Amino acid sequence: MADLRVNFAGIESPNPFWLASAPPTNMGSMVERAFDAGWGGAVWKTLGEPIRNVSSRLASIDGAGQRMIGLNNIELITDRPLDVNLREIAECKRKYPKHAVVVSLMVESRREAWHEIVKRVADTGADGVELNFGCPHGMSERGMGSAMGQVPEYTCMVTEWVKEVAPFPVIVKLTPNVAAINPPARAAVRGGADALSLINTINSIMGVNLDTLVPHPNVNGLAAHGGYCGPAVKPIALNMVSELARDPEVGVPISGIGGISTWRDAAEFLLLGATTVQVCTAVMHYGYRVVEDMIDGLSNYLDEKGFRSVTDIIGRSSPRVTDWGNLDLNYKTVARIDHTKCIRCNLCHIACEDGAHQCVPLVQFGAERLPVVDEHECVGCNLCYLVCPVPGCISMVRLDDGTNPLTWRELTAAQEPPPTSGD
Amino acid sequence: MSSIHESPLDVSQIERNFAEIAPPLTEAEALFEAHRCLYCFDAPCARACPTHIDVPAFIKKIATGNLVGSARVIFDANPVGATCARVCPVEALCEGACVEKTLLKKPIEIGRLQRFATDFVMRTGRDLFRPGEPNGRSVGVVGSGPAGLSCAAYLARLGYDVTVYDRRALPGGLDTYGMAEYKMRQSVSVEEAELVARLGVKFRLNTEVGRDVSAADLEAAHDAVFLGVGLGETARLNIPGEDLAGVYDALDFIERVKTRDWRSVPVGRTVAVIGAGNTAVDAATQARRLGAERVLMIYRRSRREMPAFEYEYELAKQDAVEFLWQTAPVEVLAGGDGRARGLRCVRMELGEADASGRRAARPVPGSEFEVEADMVVKALGQQKLREFFAGIPGVEIDAAGRVKADPETMQTGNPRFFAGGDCVNGGREAVDAAQMGKLAAQGLHLALTGERVEFAGAAPVG
Repeated sequence: MADLRVNFAGIESPNPFWLASAPPTNMGSMVERAFDAGWGGAVWKTLGEPIRNVSSRLASIDGAGQRMIGLNNIELITDRPLDVNLREIAECKRKYPKHAVVVSLMVESRREAWHEIVKRVADTGADGVELNFGCPHGMSERGMGSAMGQVPEYTCMVTEWVKEVAPFPVIVKLTPNVAAINPPARAAVRGGADALSLINTINSIMGVNLDTLVPHPNVNGLAAHGGYCGPAVKPIALNMVSELARDPEVGVPISGIGGISTWRDAAEFLLLGATTVQVCTAVMHYGYRVVEDMIDGLSNYLDEKGFRSVTDIIGRSSPRVTDWGNLDLNYKTVARIDHTKCIRCNLCHIACEDGAHQCVPLVQFGAERLPVVDEHECVGCNLCYLVCPVPGCISMVRLDDGTNPLTWRELTAAQEPPPTSGD
Repeated sequence: MSSIHESPLDVSQIERNFAEIAPPLTEAEALFEAHRCLYCFDAPCARACPTHIDVPAFIKKIATGNLVGSARVIFDANPVGATCARVCPVEALCEGACVEKTLLKKPIEIGRLQRFATDFVMRTGRDLFRPGEPNGRSVGVVGSGPAGLSCAAYLARLGYDVTVYDRRALPGGLDTYGMAEYKMRQSVSVEEAELVARLGVKFRLNTEVGRDVSAADLEAAHDAVFLGVGLGETARLNIPGEDLAGVYDALDFIERVKTRDWRSVPVGRTVAVIGAGNTAVDAATQARRLGAERVLMIYRRSRREMPAFEYEYELAKQDAVEFLWQTAPVEVLAGGDGRARGLRCVRMELGEADASGRRAARPVPGSEFEVEADMVVKALGQQKLREFFAGIPGVEIDAAGRVKADPETMQTGNPRFFAGGDCVNGGREAVDAAQMGKLAAQGLHLALTGERVEFAGAAPVG
C-alpha cells in the first residue's frame, strides 16, 4: 500500500488531507472527531480578537440535481475566547501528537499584536501557524484578511513580523481576489514564509431572492458580499496553485485549497504541485466521514499507478502546464461518434451547430437521422465530446502523425524580423 | 338474493382500491426527475407524441421553476394535456422513445411531469391563452371528447364563435366517462373542459345531434361543423342470452364506476370479461377492485394477439385477473332466476395471418365447455356510427365505417364538415384525437379564410 505520509515544510502529517480553517475546525472536540475520522491535519478556525457574527451567514448555489456546488459565507473569524481556543489546541495536540495541528491567525496590523499571538500559539505545542491574509468579507473592512493579502508589501511585512518570533513553520494563506497570484506569493516568500496555502474564498454575491428581492444570505433585509468556495471554485484554485508551483521565485511547499471534494480532486492538486490539500465545503456538506474515501481512493490510485508514495506525484503534472505560445499548432484531433453507442439525443449536433463549428450535421440513414462528424470541418474543440451523455460514445482521435510540431512562438519567430540590437 | 351483488367491500376499501395508480409527483420528485432530462435536440419523445408536445422544453421549464410556462407548452400543443398526462400509454409513446431508456434503462417520467405542470395551472386557475379577436364566424363542434375540445380550443384562439354540442350531462366524452377511475378522476376531464369554456367556447350539453338538433340545423347555424362524435355502443356478441340481466356493456360499467357512487355499481362474484383490449382490461381490473372474487378475460386469439398495451396486461395480471386465451363464448347461460349464471364457450384454433396481420381464429369442433360467471361484461370494441353519418349529405365513410377525412385538413366529403378522433381513426387514444382536433381547426380556418395557421406540434419538429 502506498505511503500517504507527507512532510509539509517541516510539519509531519499521516496523510495530505487537512481540514481548512473554517467552521469544521471551530473547537477542540470537532478537530478531535475529525482526526478520529482520518483527517491528517487541521488548520484551526482563525484566532484573533473575538468578533460578533451575524445571522444568517451562508448561501449556496445548486447544480442541476446537486446541492451546494458553490457555497458562500459572511462568517468572521472565531467568536470564542482566545484562551479557550489555545487551551483546546494544546490539549488536542497532546492527544494527537502525530497529526498536524496548525493555527490560523488574523490580528490587527501591529507588530506587537502579531508577536503576542504567535508566542501564545507556540506555547500550545501547535505545529505551525497559517496567516489568514485571505478572508474577503467583514474582516477586510477592518484592514485585515484580504486587505492584507491584496497588498504584497503588507504581506511581506507581516510575514516578517511573524517570522521574528515563530519557532515553527509559517504558512501564508493567499487571497484569490487579486489580478495575479504571483506577486503576493513572492512577497510572502520574501517575508520568510515557509509555505503557502491557497486559495481563500472568492468575493461573491450568491444570488437574489426573486420574491423578496434581497440577495442571499439575508441579514434583516440586507446582504453583503461573501467568500465563495466549494466544487465550483476548483478550476480557479487549481490554476493558481499550478501558477505558483511553477514559479521559480516561489519555491516553497503549497497547501492546495478550493473545492476539493474527492480523492480525485486531491490528486489533481497534488499533481499540479500541492503537498497537502485542505478541505472545508465537502465536510460542511457531508461531514468528516468524506475523508475515508479520500484516503482509500488516493491510496488505491497510487497503488494502481505504481507510485509507492504520495510524494511521488507532487508536481508531476507541473511540466505539462505551459504557456499557450508553446502549444503545438499542428496537433490535430477530430471527434468520432460510435453510432452503436449513440442514443440519439443529438446534443452533439446542436452544441456544434449553435456553439461551435457546424460540423456535426444530422444525416438521414434510412428511417433514422444520426449525428455525423465532418472531419474536414471539425476543429477538434471537444465540445461534442463534453456534452455527450454516453460514456465512450464520442472519442477524440488524433489525425496528425506528430512529425511536424510547430508552436506559435516558433511561427512568429520565423515570421518576424530579429530584434535589432539595443532593444 | 340477486346474482349481481353489491360490492362485498366496505367503501373505504373500495376507495383505497381506486386510489390513483400514478400519484402526483412531489415538488422534490418533479425537480429531480426534470433535472434528469437530457434536453435532447429534435427529441424522440416529442416526435413520438401524437400531438408533438415539446417535451424537453416543458421539462426544462419545470426544472427552472417556470410552471406556468411549462403548462403553456403542453396545452399549446394539446388542449387535453392534463388528461393525456394520466391516460396516455406513455410507455408506447413518449417514454418509450426516451433516450434515457437506452442509457440508464429508466426513461424520464414524462407523463407524471406533464401532470405536475398541468396540475399547477389547473389548481391555480390561470388562463394560459386568450380568445382571438372575434372574426364573425361560427363553428359547431359535435362531441366534447378530446377531439372536439381540442378543435374548439384552437378555434376560440383564432376568434371563432364556437358552440360544442354533447349528448351527455358533463363535457369530456370518453375522457370523462370512459377512463379507468384509478388512472383519472372524472373531475380532471371536466375541469379541462372548463379551461376551454374560459376561452369563450359555449357548451350545449344534454343535446344529441340527430335527435335534439339535426345536422341540417347545425349547417344552418354555423359556417362550419366539426364532428368529433366518437363511436357508438359496444359491439354485440350475437349469441343467445346476450340480453339477460347481468350482461353489461364495458363502457356502461366503467361509466357507473366513474360516479364513485360505490353502492350503485354492480359487480358479480365471478365476472367474465369478453375481449382483451384496453377497455376490457379496465373493466376487468375495476371488477377486481370492486371486490369480484374471480375475473376472467376471455379472448378468441392468444396472448400474442392481445390488443391491449403491455402495460395494461401487466396491470390485469397484478390484479390477479385470469385469462382464457383462444376461447370464444357461444351462449350466455341463464340461471333459475333468469339472470346470467355463466357462459358456454368454445376453444379456438389460430390459422394463418389475415389481411390485418392477425391470425384468424376458428372454433375447435367438440371443444365446448362451461364457465361460471354471474356477471358478463362485453368489451368487444365500439360500433361505428354508420347511420349518423348517413344522415349528413356528402360525409362519406369507408368500408370499416370510419369517416373519410383529409389527413391534413380533416375536411370530409362535405366541405363544411370536418371530422376527427375515434370516428375517423376507428378508435385510438385521447392524444390521437387531440391532434386531429388541432389539424381540423387549422384545416377549417384555411377553408373559411384562406389563411394558413400552424399550431404548436402540428408537425414534428426538426
